[in-house]
Amino acid sequence: MSVITYREAIRHALAEELERDSNVVVMGEEVAQFNGAYKVTEGLLAKFGPKRIVDTPISEAGFIGMGLGASMLGVRPVMELMFWSFYSVAFDQILNNAANVRYMSGGQINCPIVIRGPANGGTNVGATHSHTPENVLANHPGIKVVVPSTPADAKGLLKSAIRDNDPVMFLENTLLYGEKGEVPEGDIVIPLGKADIKREGTDLTIVTYGRSVLHSLAAAAILEKEHDISVEIVDLRTIRPLDIDTVLKSVAKTHRVLIVEEQKPFASVGSQLAFMIQKEAFDELDGPIHRLATIDAPAIYSPPVEVEQLPNPARVLKAALAAVA
Amino acid sequence: MSKKTTATDEKKDAARVSPAAKAPVNAKLTKEERIELYRKMVRIRRFEERSLRAYQAKKIGGFLHLYIGQEAVAVGACSLMGKHDHVITAYRDHGHAIAVGMDTKPLMAELYGKVTGCSKGKGGSMHYFDPSRNYWGGHGIVGGQIPLGVGLAYGVKYLGQKGAAMAFMGDGAVNQGAVHEAYNLAALWNLPAIFVIENNRYSMGTSQERSSAGPGLAQRAEAYGMAWDVCNGHDVYEVRATMDKALNRARDEFKPSVVEIDTYRYRGHSVADPDKTYRDKAEIEEYQRTKDPITLFQKTLLDEGVLNEALVELIDTEARAEADVAADFSEASPYPTVEDIQKDVYWEIDNPAQRASQGRLFFE
Repeated sequence: MSVITYREAIRHALAEELERDSNVVVMGEEVAQFNGAYKVTEGLLAKFGPKRIVDTPISEAGFIGMGLGASMLGVRPVMELMFWSFYSVAFDQILNNAANVRYMSGGQINCPIVIRGPANGGTNVGATHSHTPENVLANHPGIKVVVPSTPADAKGLLKSAIRDNDPVMFLENTLLYGEKGEVPEGDIVIPLGKADIKREGTDLTIVTYGRSVLHSLAAAAILEKEHDISVEIVDLRTIRPLDIDTVLKSVAKTHRVLIVEEQKPFASVGSQLAFMIQKEAFDELDGPIHRLATIDAPAIYSPPVEVEQLPNPARVLKAALAAVA
Repeated sequence: MSKKTTATDEKKDAARVSPAAKAPVNAKLTKEERIELYRKMVRIRRFEERSLRAYQAKKIGGFLHLYIGQEAVAVGACSLMGKHDHVITAYRDHGHAIAVGMDTKPLMAELYGKVTGCSKGKGGSMHYFDPSRNYWGGHGIVGGQIPLGVGLAYGVKYLGQKGAAMAFMGDGAVNQGAVHEAYNLAALWNLPAIFVIENNRYSMGTSQERSSAGPGLAQRAEAYGMAWDVCNGHDVYEVRATMDKALNRARDEFKPSVVEIDTYRYRGHSVADPDKTYRDKAEIEEYQRTKDPITLFQKTLLDEGVLNEALVELIDTEARAEADVAADFSEASPYPTVEDIQKDVYWEIDNPAQRASQGRLFFE
């Protein structure tokens, strides 16, 4: 076990998979010579050379589509989006082509591609750079969606994503890149679609993922200490496939649910969760399902106010108290 | 215009001889290979005509973009394919499918939405695929397939194979951003891609003059330092001669190029296009009379002594019969079931023994 950052954990996963499979290629803007816009790919060019670590022009529709075409022939591209927000200019390639080629070919073609990069607000970069499209992506059958919250999860899930034969969208977080955590040595592989209980509790289930896990953990500590409320935190880790069984098991234990997500509320991941929980665990609920989401507006720039637009420990605390009231 | 003098007839005969006939790639063709080129063009036309009748009889849903008039392009280009050469195209994709050797029964059945279709009834007219023949679709969004085509070229090069990817598009696609991004990548990285513009003069109902700036479509290649060429797509020999150069440039030198092939579609953009607003009937008739690729090649092969009237008749009869057989096969085939809707979405779901992930992949 070693303590490394989320950034390093992703880098280790990339390096190990590049080592393991000669068909894995890392591509994206500034991933090679510049060492990565967020230094995730630092050192990979030196180690693996320009055939495996490829700088692309600023041309998302072009290079994502190109990676997809190569994946049809058995290359396994791991494409970096400098920000997931830039997916909008490659939307047709990702959500018309990657999502649909297998289906429209009657199952004849696989697209083993990974598209990864940060998807988060909270960095004062305004509305164009702060999208969290996991709900949009997960709305497309054929696509898998992963949002890891810890270094260990990031490493283990990315390795699974790269080995997966379906297109996997891997959503990281610039505010997590520097977060440290324990990561087991060696080839750790965490299966997609397996939620993780990040904290056990008995009074309230918080269902969350990504950076909101950290906020929820901070709030849970205060809830326990100051309010004597025991919170269980279910980290989904993967949005599609979705480990709803772990969620339902927790709901059966606590009977109260709060969903915390860095998502605009309309038709969000939480919307889907709430539907499934009420449908499949209606009798277990002692109250309505609550949700804390991003305040419903484009991402505001103003630094102190952006903190309040997103989930944060204080907002989670308040929402949790309302959920158990 | 006099039709009586011998001199004029000789001149017309001379004009009928394709200047590309002597190109090495054509000169080396055996008699059987020449007949096969002709037969494929006829088979495409009869297939398309039969599918139109099926559409009019309401056997086929959605859109139907017919390839009639453009047959020499797909047949000529695809006849040059080697083991590691690939094809991808847009939604007017039936001709390429037959050209690469797909059986017409599953092609027709796909139009009928039957489970025996080439995509099990899940793709429809615009989405034919056959990776076993290096045919990667069949794509519905104008220009969206072109980056994928560059990816095929990238894959060929990455995997150390000697081959090329032909990415077909219409003249309307050249104004899509994704196409230019693809041009840039192919030229920047010396990828063995050939961008084939099938210029049938109309992007849906908008003529080239009304949609595309600049002196020519293929010339845009110059901006990316790519070679380009223009050729007569009514002449299958010329298509082969031009594409052969581009293919060899790609395979041997990893140099991409843009090839614009002049062609013409006799039918509307799709069968839903009444074809009354943007061109004259006289224009269509002029093309049919003077530039029909099948008629022209038939004359060429008759002149060469490769074809005779009896064989022309036989090939046509067989092609019509084949299209009818395909329609009968489609008619008799079952539809996919409601259970089939959720198959072929995820590799993992279709290969449960090898599934590594957990959790739900489908929702209600």
